Amino acid sequence: MTVGIVGYGGYVPKYRITPDNIGKVWGVDGAARGKGLGIQMKSIPSPDEDVITIAVSAARKAMKGCDVCPDDIGAIYVGSESHPYAVKPTATIVSEAIGAAPDLTAADYEFACKAGTAAIQTCMGLVLSDMVKYGMAIGADTSQGAPGDPLEYSASAGGAAFLIGKENMIAEINHTVSYTTDTPDFWRREGQMYPKHAGRFTGEPAYFKHINACSHKLFQAMGTKPDDYQHAIFHQPNGKFPLRIGKSMGFGPDQMKYGLLTPIIGNTYSGAVPLGLTNVLDHAAPGDRIFVMAYGSGAGSDGFDITVKDSIEDYRKGDWCSLDCSNQDLIYLDYANYAKFRGKIKMGGV
Amino acid sequence: MEVARFWRENQSRYNMQGKKCGACGIVYFPPRDLCPKCRRESIGKMEKLKLSGKGKIISYTVVHDGLPAFSMQVPYTMAIIELEEGPKITGQIVDVKPDEVKIGTEVEAVFRKLGQEGECGVIHYGYKFVPKE
Repeated sequence: MTVGIVGYGGYVPKYRITPDNIGKVWGVDGAARGKGLGIQMKSIPSPDEDVITIAVSAARKAMKGCDVCPDDIGAIYVGSESHPYAVKPTATIVSEAIGAAPDLTAADYEFACKAGTAAIQTCMGLVLSDMVKYGMAIGADTSQGAPGDPLEYSASAGGAAFLIGKENMIAEINHTVSYTTDTPDFWRREGQMYPKHAGRFTGEPAYFKHINACSHKLFQAMGTKPDDYQHAIFHQPNGKFPLRIGKSMGFGPDQMKYGLLTPIIGNTYSGAVPLGLTNVLDHAAPGDRIFVMAYGSGAGSDGFDITVKDSIEDYRKGDWCSLDCSNQDLIYLDYANYAKFRGKIKMGGV
Repeated sequence: MEVARFWRENQSRYNMQGKKCGACGIVYFPPRDLCPKCRRESIGKMEKLKLSGKGKIISYTVVHDGLPAFSMQVPYTMAIIELEEGPKITGQIVDVKPDEVKIGTEVEAVFRKLGQEGECGVIHYGYKFVPKE
């Protein structure tokens, strides 16, 4: 396989709330709950941000770093479970906003938290079959947790975009595998504002089973073991699950430090693994090998084996802004303002 | 129904596409089909130009009694921004507290929601500005 990442960009809104601020409202020790989840704070989209603005911001950043003409992008796929429109694709607005329209195919994906990695796989297929020269894959969410629900401590906002192609790669995708079953661990019915989850059922039969199975497939296909990778990124619904599953496979904290962002930004759902990958690419050295394992409820896992190329050093030169750099000057909100920003306060007639 | 009116302006709102007079070199944003300075001399010479989105604040005001569509954002800052290419335009300054905005602050355009036609209507997107990183 000779296909890989040509450009990448991540975006996380500036606003944050801490678990203790959420807990105060619901009579819960929020700080303890945050500690239990491994989350220090989570990001919040401002009232004028949604999946479309986040996807455009990430896509523009991905285009800024590489010397690719937007007209050469033949496909754009945006994975999310919080597309602003039920009918009217996010991908059409992204394609217009990065100057790639009109000669391309575009669509929106949904597969809980792994819709972004499913988009990467689709772009890989289109590029490898020479149907398109470049494809843009985006994973982004402004996820919602019902007021008072444990999800409210983690559900956050952010997204990342990857330009996939064969030429001018900064990281080669050596292989990808998937593992999919019908497992109802988390869902949101049409027209419902908040998702439902099956409590502890989201753990062993869902997250852990699928990630373990898909990881085993990837190790077997590539003939690798955890020691062969400098970086590992697992889906991160909280700060604890990825560390637990990584440790059980033999990955150490140093391998997971750049790919684990949930403790400081929360669970960005479709943006979670893609954002972890952008942060790893911000810090990786040429030749580094990256193990990527996404998980989406419902349920399935997508795995990727990636090798960073020498050209990444040129890519990060100039006025390149890393995810760390764009995560400065944060603005902290209390619960009242958080509720206002997230549309949890209903204002008749406005 | 304002769908068509907004749709016609998507290119300039999304990508800050202006026009440059091929006769005198003045850049216009929003785009104009005729240069008011060169008049008939500019006919057929107005070229599309994608602006950088970078500029600096030359004046601003903090809005405390905003339009209904901005009720979730009060107090918010509206500014006149002089773009690198010359045009002076009005835009909202976001992701910064109003008391941190100053005349001379360098800003860059970001893609944000401008409004929507109610809960069931179309959503409008376009440029706002943030302090330059």
